Amino acid sequence: MSDKIKFTIDDVEIEAEAGQTILQAADAAGVYIPRLCANKNLTPHGSCRVCTVKVNGRSQAACTQPVAPGINVESESEEIKAYRKSLVEMLFVEGNHYCMFCEKSGNCELQAVAYRLGIDAPKHEYLFPSRDVDASHPEIFIDRNRCILCGRCVRASKELDGKNVFQFVGRGIHKKVAVNSDAKLSDTELAGVDMAVSSCPVGAILRKRVGFAIPVGQRLYDAKPIGSDIEASRTDK
Amino acid sequence: MNENLEAVIREICQKYANDSARMMDIVRDVQASMGGVSKVAMKAIAAAVGVAQVEVESVVSFYAHLSSESKGKVVIRLCNDFIDRMFGANRVAETFEKEFGIKFGETTDDGLVSLEYTPCIGMCDQPPAALINDRIVTWLSTDMASRIAKAIKEEGNIDKLNLPNGDGNNSHPLVNSMVHNNLREKGDMIFANFVPGAALKNAIAETPVECIKNVKASRLRGRGGAGFPTGMKWEFTRGADGDEKYVLCNADEGEPGTFKDRVILTEAPELMFEGMTVAGYAIGAQSGVVYLRGEYQYLTDFLNDVLQKRRDAGLLGKNILGKEGFNFDIRIQMGAGAYICGEETALISSCEGLRGDPKNRPPFPAQKGYLGKPTSVNNVETFCAVAKIMEKGAPWFAQKGSTGSAGLKLFSVSGDCKKPGVYELPFGTTVKELLQKVGAEDAIAVQVGGACGITVAPNDFDKEICYDHLATGGSVMVFGPGRDLLELAHSFMEFFEEESCGYCTPCRVGNTLLKRRLEYIIEGKGTPEDLIYMETLGNTIKHTSRCGLGQTSANPVLTTLQNFRSLYESKVKPSVDGLQPSFSLDKAVGLSEEIVGRKSIHHHD
Ligand SMILES: Cc1cc2nc3c(=O)[nH]c(=O)nc-3n(C[C@H](O)[C@H](O)[C@H](O)COP(=O)(O)O)c2cc1C
Ligand code: SF4
Ligand code: FES
Repeated sequence: MSDKIKFTIDDVEIEAEAGQTILQAADAAGVYIPRLCANKNLTPHGSCRVCTVKVNGRSQAACTQPVAPGINVESESEEIKAYRKSLVEMLFVEGNHYCMFCEKSGNCELQAVAYRLGIDAPKHEYLFPSRDVDASHPEIFIDRNRCILCGRCVRASKELDGKNVFQFVGRGIHKKVAVNSDAKLSDTELAGVDMAVSSCPVGAILRKRVGFAIPVGQRLYDAKPIGSDIEASRTDK
Repeated sequence: MNENLEAVIREICQKYANDSARMMDIVRDVQASMGGVSKVAMKAIAAAVGVAQVEVESVVSFYAHLSSESKGKVVIRLCNDFIDRMFGANRVAETFEKEFGIKFGETTDDGLVSLEYTPCIGMCDQPPAALINDRIVTWLSTDMASRIAKAIKEEGNIDKLNLPNGDGNNSHPLVNSMVHNNLREKGDMIFANFVPGAALKNAIAETPVECIKNVKASRLRGRGGAGFPTGMKWEFTRGADGDEKYVLCNADEGEPGTFKDRVILTEAPELMFEGMTVAGYAIGAQSGVVYLRGEYQYLTDFLNDVLQKRRDAGLLGKNILGKEGFNFDIRIQMGAGAYICGEETALISSCEGLRGDPKNRPPFPAQKGYLGKPTSVNNVETFCAVAKIMEKGAPWFAQKGSTGSAGLKLFSVSGDCKKPGVYELPFGTTVKELLQKVGAEDAIAVQVGGACGITVAPNDFDKEICYDHLATGGSVMVFGPGRDLLELAHSFMEFFEEESCGYCTPCRVGNTLLKRRLEYIIEGKGTPEDLIYMETLGNTIKHTSRCGLGQTSANPVLTTLQNFRSLYESKVKPSVDGLQPSFSLDKAVGLSEEIVGRKSIHHHD
């Protein structure tokens, strides 16, 4: 228990507890590794792959890979940064994301990570899928155009809310989030206060009638880039 | 109607003890009895086994052979992979469409027939082939397709066609299939004589630990493709904490161009079951599961019969061969049309009644596998090799093959060659030697390792097929003069797009993007920059994907770009106006035009 595990991320010495993932250890040490599907209150998912790092030269997802003594983790190399950009761009072209009129703008983790990685416009071709919106629920709506399939709602509903409101259906590029009813969100047990709602990193699951309560300019990522909170606790500098 | 439905479903669920881990069997049975798994059925299943309805939907929507909509009484699934199309699958498809008056993807109004395409069904040595419900028809011609259509229209099935049975056990009354083995060259291993029990007797004369030591000494590596040392895997599984352990046999055989496991299952199932039982003894497991791809359903009665005979002979069950406390039994788990379920952690998910999503590693299956218990997953052929090693000794095995790749290997050869079929040859055989054997000296390219493998050019035909040079789980596809290798790469990309589980971003989105860019190039709308784009994108998919599917799915593009670059270069041209030739303004504004009901006026070239 007491034995610390020592390893390096981009040559910075990190001390970790046994059983931590690379991402958890990095967070604790104030080193930000970009991520989207990971959320500290939820079981790691390993799906967005934005947290990809190289561990002793091999690509791994930092959010699922456990720390080990002496490993050499590469995170901010040109190669890894290019992968991350490409992955985030994939998430943009896969859905229909219009930041300029999305109420989540400024609070959106996808947008914030994109800015932090220096993405201006995706290099990939837009796929313009046709996706459903479900506004049947009195308090909440789901707009699948903005869903990035991170599975946070699926996990939060199970792990934090003790329900089972969301699950993935279909496979491949046709995979999507479905709700636990014959068709509509309003027929599920979902409540406005559920963690499944607030854990959505993008504007896919939103509470109704609170959209522009916080003005643009005062939103989460308006002043400082995403990850700044983690970096503020950096210990080695 | 609904009461009846619920009663039927309750009965089906009870058959599997209302155990949600048997979801695959439950939904397969429901589909078989009702033609589909409707939302109402999902609700009833969910209630019976105690899971959320959306969990059932999640499973049903994952597998190609399952559907929430009712399918026709007869479902024809025609294999449309590249090899089958080379041998006329398109003409067969047209015949079916004409005969039934529907397109592929549709069901006739009277609910009689559904037409669907399917990727490789493991019959590439007898193409074109199709599944008609659970039956397999091979070497289809347009004439045969017409006869089949007529029979279905008249009788509702093809029983009266009296299709001639294939060779060997394909004619066994419990198989009764027109499939052929095309077993062209037998070595002295898998298809040699084997007396059931011979391997087990030797195994139980030793301790389990000695048994594993023997497997290690044989230098056997997994035959499923990844080539992990079998003895080491067993050692990890044996050493892992757990009151129960499991042996899983990977009979998913989904890699395009692979059909050697099918021939083992037909002609040497005893050997495979015996290898599994040896594994049970060695790692300390009491249960084994064979995960059999849905396409091989026609073999289940036969395989279950072999299992029963082994129980009767004391080779399965309690106190096997009189060895006190050595208990082991095997069941067969059917898949339902998903290539990804051949990946070992996805296979475990599927056996547990879940979507076939791979699992995060660690933990590895040896630590935490099937139902959370230590599990060894091995390929059909690997178990057969183990049985032979027990029978004949580790040195006998180790001296065969090449330095890094011991033993003989089964190759499934298909495509433009005189003698397609299964060959048992030593590892280290060169592509050229193989081509001579199969009668394909004029090959312009050989695909080694299936869709996820390497497109090998003639100047590399001297290379050896083995784990260290050209690795393959068995698939070797031969392409003769005139075959279009860019179309080949495209068909593989279509396959991966279809078969990606969709869990991780690079594989889910990247493969679609890669396939599209390749399409532009094939259409003559590509630029030299597109080649660099494809390389960069391919490498991103390779290095960031979560499992072996995405880590290899860009290979069709990456290896043809490397080995046949001139084919691409002759297709692309620099853009003259600085615009992307692949961008079509007409297409981009098409939907808007449709919505407003007017045509946009813009410059056409
Ligand atoms: C996408 C994918 C599909 C696979 N399909 C199969 C298969 O059909 N049969 C098989 O034996 N192994 C398959 N494998 C390899 C398995 O993951 C695993 O390595 C193998 O079953 C282990 O058995 P072995 O060590 O005896 O080869 C596949 C791997 C991937 C990534
Ligand atoms: S690489 Fe990712 S999306 Fe592709 S099959 Fe594996 S887990 Fe699924
Ligand atoms: S944060 Fe690790 S894969 Fe998404």
